[in-house]
Order: sequence, then C-alpha cells, then structure tokens
Amino acid sequence: MHELSIVQSIVEIAEEQVRQAGARQVDSIELDIGQLAGIEWSSLDFAWEAAVRHTVLQNADRLVRRVPGKAKCLECQKEFNIGALYDACPHCQAHFHQILSGQELRVCALTVS
Amino acid sequence: MCSTCGCSQPAGAVKIHKVNLNELHVAADHTAHHHGFGTAHTHEHHNEHHHHHSGEKTVIQLEQDILGKNNLLAERNRGYFEAKHIAAFNLVSSPGSGKTALLERTLGDLKDQMPFFVIEGDQQTNNDAERIAATGAPVVQINTGKGCHLDAEMIRQATKELNPVDHAVVFIENVGNLVCPALFDLGESARVVIISVTEGDDKPLKYPDMFHSSQLCIINKIDLLPYVPFDVEKVKANARKVSHITEFIELSAYTGQGMQQWYEWLQKQQQHTDH
Ligand SMILES: Nc1nc2c(ncn2[C@@H]2O[C@H](COP(=O)(O)OP(=O)(O)O)[C@@H](O)[C@H]2O)c(=O)[nH]1
Ligand SMILES: [Mg+2]
Ligand SMILES: [Zn+2]
Repeated sequence: MHELSIVQSIVEIAEEQVRQAGARQVDSIELDIGQLAGIEWSSLDFAWEAAVRHTVLQNADRLVRRVPGKAKCLECQKEFNIGALYDACPHCQAHFHQILSGQELRVCALTVS
Repeated sequence: MCSTCGCSQPAGAVKIHKVNLNELHVAADHTAHHHGFGTAHTHEHHNEHHHHHSGEKTVIQLEQDILGKNNLLAERNRGYFEAKHIAAFNLVSSPGSGKTALLERTLGDLKDQMPFFVIEGDQQTNNDAERIAATGAPVVQINTGKGCHLDAEMIRQATKELNPVDHAVVFIENVGNLVCPALFDLGESARVVIISVTEGDDKPLKYPDMFHSSQLCIINKIDLLPYVPFDVEKVKANARKVSHITEFIELSAYTGQGMQQWYEWLQKQQQHTDH
C-alpha cells in the first residue's frame, strides 16, 4: 500500500511548514490528486487515518481536488478526457497519447495555527 | 514509537545489509530509522522555541509535489550512476514472475563480461540475496518490513553499502508488486517489467501505471507456453495500449531460450552510459 508512503510524505511536508511558521498544528490542507496518479481513494483514506495520528495533521480538514485526466492524441492531435491510461482516443481510436494532466500529487495549500 | 510521525519503529524499520557468501548469517545490520519514504527527518525541532501565538491562523500557498523529495533523491542517485558510467536497472514484477531466476542466469552467463552488483528488495527475507550471493556477485539486501516498494533513499543507502565500481551494471530487484513501486523513481537508467506466461495476458491493463513507466517488458517462462492459455501477441497489444515506447523480449530464464536478446539489450544500455 504505497498510499501510506504518500500520506507520510504529506505529513513530512506539513511538519516542515508548521515548524517554519512557528505554528502548532494544521487546521486544513488542500491536495491535488490526479485521477491517473495511481492512488486508490479508499486506500488513501485508510492510510490517512493511520498516518496522521499524533502529527500536526491529526485534526486537519482535508480537501482533495481530484484532477481529471486529459490527454493529447499523437495521431490526430486532438485533446480528450482520459479515464485510464489504456483508453483509446475517442476521435480516431489510436492509443498513442501524451498525458497532459491527471498525474498530479501535490500539496497546494495549508492553514496553520 | 516515533513521536513525530507516529510510526511504530521496530515494526516499520527498514534494514539494509550486505549479504556475503561466507558469512551469510552474521552480516551486520545497519538499521536506519527510516520512514518508508526515505525521510531521515531530524527531531531537533522539538526543542525549538515556538514564536507563534495560539489562535492566529496563517494560510500557506505551497504547490509542493508530494513525491518531490523522492524525485530529488532519485535524481541524485541518477547523477551518481551517470558519473560512474553505471547502468542501473529497476526490475519490477508480481511475486514469482522470475526476477531472481533471470538475475541468477544473467550473472552466471555474463560474469566475465560485466561487473555486476545487485540490490535485493524484500519485505522480510534474505532468500533472494543468498541466491545472488551464490553466483559470486556483491549483493546488498534491503528489507522493507511492511513497506511494499523500494524508494530512492533506500537505494542511496544500499548503493553506499554496495560501493559499485565504475562501468558496473547494477540490478535492483524491487519488492514483488505491480502497483506500489510504479510511483517511486529510484534513479535507475531503465525500468524493466517482467511478466510470466502463467499470468493473465490482461496484466498490462490491470496494472497500467507499471507498464506505462517501464522501458522494457520481459515475457518470461516461455518454455511453459505449450501448457498455458497465454497469448503473447495479446499481451503485447495490451501493453502497447498503455505505453507506446515499451520494447519486448520473450525468454525463459529456466531453459535459456531468448536470453541472447536480453544480453544484447543490456550491452546496448551499458554502451549508452559512455555518452
Ligand atoms: N518454467 C519456468 N520456471 C521459471 C522460469 N523463471 C523462473 N521460474 C520459476 O518461477 C519461480 C519464481 O521465480 P523467482 O525468480 O523466485 O521469481 P521472483 O519472485 O520474481 O524473483 C521459481 O520456482 C522459478 O524456478 C522460467 O523461465 N520457466
Ligand atoms: Mg525474487
Ligand atoms: Zn486521435
């Protein structure tokens, strides 16, 4: 379950920001997580519960923006919404595409106090 | 228990140690306090005086990549490998696809042609490292404990321990898992995904991230093709849906059939390290 590592990295980023701000805790945290980022939502919830205990994120509200997948077809050059990496281009059915968005794994903002 | 991250330390601790043929069971453990994501964080801030007045809220705009730290460490590893003209390969597969068998045969066949060094990832055991040590190649074992993948910090530590020579070929056998290792760049020159013919030919569709991020796909155990309903062309077509850059090599680590093509691929990769 790599979601645990992901949450531990978020905790680390949050600890560092709280330390730099001379604050005590995180009140809210905003995350961007792409639909194609390889994250299982239920695993993330489970890992979150386990990994934020006794950390600055323990009482934080978590706001997750799920960034939709977008790709550009390398055959017909059209852009399309992509739900999975193996999806074909809806215009020409080709599988040669470049991912434009949906692989984000980012901490966007924190409110600390 | 580490008070900063709440991890239960002995259970989650990563162990990294060299496995020697002559002293298989007495190798020293260099146990690091490790947080699964390569984080050697310091605890000094517990003693710092906090200037913040309670109740005051601050909004911090960050836009920080969650995998940023791993990616940074991976690039450091990559720079180290490049400076030493080392070709490093990250081998990923489901458990039992034949990663260790492929390495055993490769190390045996090419040991006079390439200086091999091996990093073995496994949750608990040293079994694979012992199989590699038996070939005579230097090998370092990483036991990830509960961790289901290797990360760049583990590779940094293991590489220090391994101390590969210039122009070496470093094989990294990742933890058997087609999901978790996909997200973690180790600083490898190339990622090699292995699938065996006893698995389903729809695997690339079930584990798209791994096939998407690999440069070579090895189809192993082709000696068993007469006995199993596995369509080689179908698995290739499925993998191409996920990645259009992947190369394929069909082989049997057991009979040796097809190994020549793999050796040629390795030689080609090793030549790239001189540019
Ligand atoms: N028939 C056959 N068996 C193989 C081949 N390669 C590996 N195996 C067997 O598959 C099992 C798992 O191999 P191993 O190398 O331990 O897989 P790993 O978990 O990916 O390292 C072992 O029993 C091997 O002997 C092959 O090419 N053909
Ligand atoms: Mg193995
Ligand atoms: Zn198209």
